[in-house]
Amino acid sequence: MRHIISILLENEPGALSRAVGLFSQRNFNIETLNVAPTDDPTLSRLTVTTTGDERIIEQITKQLNKLIDVVKLVDLTEGAHIERELMLVKVKAYGAQRDEVKRTVDIFRAQIVDVTPGIYTVQITGDASKLDAFLSAVAPVGILEVARTGVSGIARGEKVLSV
Amino acid sequence: MELLSGADMIARFLKDEGVEYVYGYPGGAALHIYDALFRQDDVKHILVRHEQAATHMADGYARASGKPGVVLVTSGPGATNAVTGIATAYMDSIPMVVLCGQVASHLIGEDAFQETDIVGVTRPVVKHSFSIRHASEIPTVLKKAFYLASSGRPGPVVVDIPKDMTAPTERYEYVYPKKVKLRSYNPVTRGHTGQTKKAVELLLKAKRPVIFAGGGVVFGKASEALTDLARRLNVPVTTSLMGLGAYPQGDRQSLGWLGMHGSYEANMAMHHADLILGVGVRFDDRVTNNVSKFCPTAKIIHIDIDPSSISKTVRADVPIVGAANHVLNDMLGLISEREQENRDDLDEWWTSIEQWRGERDGKLYEPAGPGETLKPQQVVEAVHKATDGDAYVVTDVGQHQMFAGQYYKFNQPNRWVSSSGLGTMGFGLPAAMGIKLNYPDDDVVLFTGEGSFQMMMQELSTCKQFGIGVKIVNLNNQSLGMVRQWQDLNYKSRHAQSYMESLPDFEALLGAYGFRAITVRTPEELDAALEETFKHPHELVFLDVQVDPREHVYPMHVPLGSMRDMLLSKTERT
Repeated sequence: MRHIISILLENEPGALSRAVGLFSQRNFNIETLNVAPTDDPTLSRLTVTTTGDERIIEQITKQLNKLIDVVKLVDLTEGAHIERELMLVKVKAYGAQRDEVKRTVDIFRAQIVDVTPGIYTVQITGDASKLDAFLSAVAPVGILEVARTGVSGIARGEKVLSV
Repeated sequence: MELLSGADMIARFLKDEGVEYVYGYPGGAALHIYDALFRQDDVKHILVRHEQAATHMADGYARASGKPGVVLVTSGPGATNAVTGIATAYMDSIPMVVLCGQVASHLIGEDAFQETDIVGVTRPVVKHSFSIRHASEIPTVLKKAFYLASSGRPGPVVVDIPKDMTAPTERYEYVYPKKVKLRSYNPVTRGHTGQTKKAVELLLKAKRPVIFAGGGVVFGKASEALTDLARRLNVPVTTSLMGLGAYPQGDRQSLGWLGMHGSYEANMAMHHADLILGVGVRFDDRVTNNVSKFCPTAKIIHIDIDPSSISKTVRADVPIVGAANHVLNDMLGLISEREQENRDDLDEWWTSIEQWRGERDGKLYEPAGPGETLKPQQVVEAVHKATDGDAYVVTDVGQHQMFAGQYYKFNQPNRWVSSSGLGTMGFGLPAAMGIKLNYPDDDVVLFTGEGSFQMMMQELSTCKQFGIGVKIVNLNNQSLGMVRQWQDLNYKSRHAQSYMESLPDFEALLGAYGFRAITVRTPEELDAALEETFKHPHELVFLDVQVDPREHVYPMHVPLGSMRDMLLSKTERT
């Protein structure tokens, strides 16, 4: 099963490589990885999506928690949560296809953020499956480049991941 | 307020932390620190001949004393040479602090002379590591390193120290930090009360219980509580290799150790048990054999200080995260509250165990008679007798290690010192040296083989310099015995590279360092040599014992089988 694990990590040199290194050392799987500072300058937040059975996910969370640099950890998929990913895509947009791409962008509630005579650069946010669906929709037209941030997430309701 | 350079802070901190010995080897990036050590008398430095030996010396000391061993090496090759020793300590959860010199900060990343990213290289084999960013933080970082190394589940901590951080010209205020706090690190000590109660209920109800104790009992100082619990409940006790000595082996309730080369009765008892109380163990593959066939009828209670050890390989029915001594004492408390339980209901279980014991008693090998070639097993038994079972026993890795574990009976913890998890050949000599140096009046016996010994034999020079009188028993079978055994069993006796041609003349080799070696071939020679060896407690003596090269270690788990599936000799199996 797919899990989204969010971690508050000490904002120290080497902390990220410890967390990420753990996955390859122990043969765990990383599908997406997203990391950025938080409002607290001493902490960064790392979100990883991974897959595995219950035993493996339990090991992943335990091994991560054991790292001295990991301050707090939550498996967002254990409860209701919001998951978002941002993607920038360069799509071919000539002649008749130009309108077709524009329509697809509107249907997906995406935005065109840069324009050239032959290319639209599209920004789209949503969960991973929405982004995948957009890519399949515009694939026949011609995708030139894709940049995805990886999943970021937060729990719904009162639950808060903070120190 | 005192102003000290980074290097002087390190020396002073080590003194304030109560460190007596540092094991190491100097080099460019560490020279400021070496100069600081030179200018003081409190912390003594032991110069090894290879950095790996420094880590094993520190490791041996840590295993015998329970306190972190301290290593000092230079950058680049000094630090990379230490990696095997760091990994050895990591696998066996041994407290160690490794101070590594590093090239000056402004050179880091430029492929400077003797530069290695040692924090990166050691990342998978340390509990934690630090890089010093400012000299003023040295005392705090060192305190954190010692705290992390020795608390919770212990392990090695690397501190990377760029040369400019120790420059004699830059001085900062030094205060010894008595305590440090890390917001993300709070090792659990007390176990969950509800879970502990549940564990006690299960133990009292069990008809075929076994206690399985490991290194966590030895290093968690829980041996006494464990012994008390086992005796009050009349439950048999087996240990992992790391747990040897956690329960007195001379005792009726001791089953010896379990696993691939564990005792017949321990493996049989585990397989037939209805309850396993695992304490400070990690159910590793050398214990369980095939996990899917492991203890098919048993419920598992697992006490460990490291939550990630629990349910990692074997699912625990009652997981208890906590320090072994705390949890066991809580269990003892709960048992005392109850009426004295009648433990006659374990009679049937004990009958089975005694039967298993009887089946194999005295049948594991045939000792050599007068004038015959010695069996390695009987050499260990003779050493056990000569030392009254009271020596520190250190091993290298291979057949001799298994024989030492099988035939030396331990009655107290911290006496068995062996690289169990990583299985590091070459570990033995320096580890034994680390112990003898700190316990000069005790007997420290190294069981080694001619293969392992040659991996670290340069350390004889260190023994000479510091007068370290370890007793070395070389079980010389002229081959890499364990490799050979596997080749006999699995490769139709094709002995690929397991035969040691051109062995040195050990008498001449030891003589070159000014030590005595005695060649031993028969039981009579062995008795005389042992008497001679232990007559001089402070003298290094090397016994080159020529043993039967065809001997195999038995019992041995049948691959992919359950714990009861064992080869018992070259011709018998369960």
